Amino acid sequence: MKEYNIYITGVGGQGIGLLSQTLLRGADHAGLEVMAVDTHGLAQRGGVVVSRIRCGSKVFSPLTLSHNCDLVLGMEIHEALRGLETALKKGGTLVYMDLAWQPLPVRLGQCQAVTPEDISRACTQLGARSLTVETGGLSDARMQNMALVGTVAKYALIPGVSKGDYARALEDLLTGDLLVRNLDVFNHYAQ
Amino acid sequence: MKKLGELLVQEDSFEEILMGNQALVRAMVESKTRVVTSYPGSPTPEIASAIQDIPQDQKPFYFEFSVNEKVATEVAFGAAINGNLACVFYKSVGLNVALDSFVQLGLFNIIGGMVVVVGDDPGANSSQNEQDNRNIYRMARVTVLEPASPEEAYEYYKHAAQLATAHKTVVVLRLTTHVCHARQKIKFAGYQKEKGYKTEFNKKNGPYIPLTGLALEMKRLAMERTGRILPFIRKAKLNQEIKSADSQGKGIITAGLTWLAVLDVLERSIYRPNLLKLGVTNPLEREGILSFLRSNDQVLILEELDDILENQIKAMAYDQGLTTTIIGKTSDKDFMGEFTPDKTLEKILTTWPEMMPGEIKEEEQKEKLPVVTLPERPAQMCPGCGHRSAFFAIKKALGNDDITVADIGCHTLGYMPPYEVGEVLMCMGASPGIAAGLSLNNEKKKVVAFLGDSTFFHAGLPGLINTIFNHHNITLIIMENGTTAMTGHQDHAGGAIKIETLLKGLGIEPVFACDTYSQEKLTGLVKQSLKIDGLSVVIARHPCMLKFTRSQRKKPGYVQKHIDIDPAICTRAHVCVEAFGCPSFVRNLDGSVGVNTDLCLGDGSCRPSCPEQAIGLQRKKNEGI
Repeated sequence: MKEYNIYITGVGGQGIGLLSQTLLRGADHAGLEVMAVDTHGLAQRGGVVVSRIRCGSKVFSPLTLSHNCDLVLGMEIHEALRGLETALKKGGTLVYMDLAWQPLPVRLGQCQAVTPEDISRACTQLGARSLTVETGGLSDARMQNMALVGTVAKYALIPGVSKGDYARALEDLLTGDLLVRNLDVFNHYAQ
Repeated sequence: MKKLGELLVQEDSFEEILMGNQALVRAMVESKTRVVTSYPGSPTPEIASAIQDIPQDQKPFYFEFSVNEKVATEVAFGAAINGNLACVFYKSVGLNVALDSFVQLGLFNIIGGMVVVVGDDPGANSSQNEQDNRNIYRMARVTVLEPASPEEAYEYYKHAAQLATAHKTVVVLRLTTHVCHARQKIKFAGYQKEKGYKTEFNKKNGPYIPLTGLALEMKRLAMERTGRILPFIRKAKLNQEIKSADSQGKGIITAGLTWLAVLDVLERSIYRPNLLKLGVTNPLEREGILSFLRSNDQVLILEELDDILENQIKAMAYDQGLTTTIIGKTSDKDFMGEFTPDKTLEKILTTWPEMMPGEIKEEEQKEKLPVVTLPERPAQMCPGCGHRSAFFAIKKALGNDDITVADIGCHTLGYMPPYEVGEVLMCMGASPGIAAGLSLNNEKKKVVAFLGDSTFFHAGLPGLINTIFNHHNITLIIMENGTTAMTGHQDHAGGAIKIETLLKGLGIEPVFACDTYSQEKLTGLVKQSLKIDGLSVVIARHPCMLKFTRSQRKKPGYVQKHIDIDPAICTRAHVCVEAFGCPSFVRNLDGSVGVNTDLCLGDGSCRPSCPEQAIGLQRKKNEGI
């Protein structure tokens, strides 16, 4: 593989760090050359968090060129659209959770909230495909990130990385009850 | 994967994916660093969390969070002139706080060696500016190593430690945000554990008193030392040249993370320029650079932030009468922000458009893509944050003309709508001083300064003491959340010294204090304090709810709660969502207000804000997967 770029986005507190590390380690277990970088700034305070993962033999910087990602993962609908606009390649894939952590201007009534229709329209214009992940059935919102990992595994979105690779990655990163519960969610979405 | 802390001290070599900040800790261990100090600040706090992950009985060195960066530098220096390899690390602007001590370091015979790790923040991701500290390193005459990746951060720390120990001096390891935070697989070497803290201070190793004639003698010795360092740079091959078979007379000189952006971007070129990557950016290794200039007709210098390399390299070329065209910064934009792959591509395309005929500049590309208007997402105080209750309550006590001065910390975010409390911000601990200045000859307006608790100890105290000493008329509100919250909940001196006791010890009377969730009381206390002529102090106290909730969740029997809004009572006054402004509120399309139960903590701090008492509390149902 020469180059495969992933852009993960959402809001501080959603668990993008673990999501990104699971994909990064999954790709490594699959034998890919891979690197990643998180950009969070003041994200712990509800700001935007972005993580980039780059796989392949011809990648050098952990940062990506604009409009050059094969896969954009959005943990929140507004950020999914922002990621699509700035990072997704023509013909790329967007996977997002249809849930909103409304940004301040929306809560103040100064700006319209983004809708799934906005996303579909933007995807059509970009010739991109989009997949929506439903997470309403999860008992613990902190494991929504595993729904995305499961979906990435189910559709084998990162070439060459199998379900087993992601499961091994989770075993690297978590232990005990936390591992069991996260694996449950992962497996549910990976089927 | 083994627990990070155990991995970092294991004697056998290993291969693991780690972040730059974590890889650095392994290098500290392998290099036999004995003392490490810091004050927390992004992009470097994960260095400390990796250190703190090491099991207590296996700690390879002493570590402390000092009260500020200057003290941290001094503690490390003291340990180093006692014969121990010492390291201090902090963020970019932390160097400003440390500067008075830092600029002296190069003058001393530091017998144990000292490494200063500074995380610069091009793009000001989490800092109040994007200062290029290389300007300071030139002034302080210190050697600077600049890694481009986590792997190099690990390798370069070891080089820095070796250099510092061999030459009994200080070496700076200059990191930048995305070098600190990048992750990659790294092969770590093995090492042998070795105990041995030294207490070898002897004034004969000096001079250690840089006064009168000795200051110049120490400078002379320091300059001699710099001269001896250049052969090390050559031997360690820290500067790397890649010759191209088809350069067309063109070359690029770069350093740090920009190097990797250059390699990425050149994957798209139809010919490849010669490349020179500088691993040591102070002092510059003249011979190698001149030889590179001679072998090219045109050289492009790609350098993030200031034109430090450019000016020195142009001066070298001038001295030698070289005819090579040297292209550096050509607009103000070139001095700003990170040299991302996008920016690097644009700069190369502008300089040599024929090198990448398939590429278009970013601005041209943008026009072709769909554009949807998207709301910005500014950072917010967390759900349940005591600062929110504080700002909501304090605003009610302030007059329209009163001036509010912000300081660094989570409470800085009070400047944003809907609170808009905090109209000027400078740096750590500046608010009492700025407020004092604003209060001079200012009879009509009250001046209120805000200060966090960690910042109070860090740099706030001198400003506070100055207001007492010079009888300034300000109100100081100390936003006490019990931790250094913004950088990830590091402990601070407040654990050992109660702020209230300290204030009383300074003779401040009365010291008003209350929990910020008691909003009415807080409004009353602030009103009362504003009537006081001279200094008045209010402690607005509430534990950081992010930290508190995390610890609560670990307790058995913890049940998550959330608020709900009774639609029969709600009159859609929108005070909760617009004026109190907790991010857990949802504004529905029909104008009704909902609650994001994923976010809401059920702390109930919003309840007093509702004029109709429509906000109730619910236990969260735990159903589903």
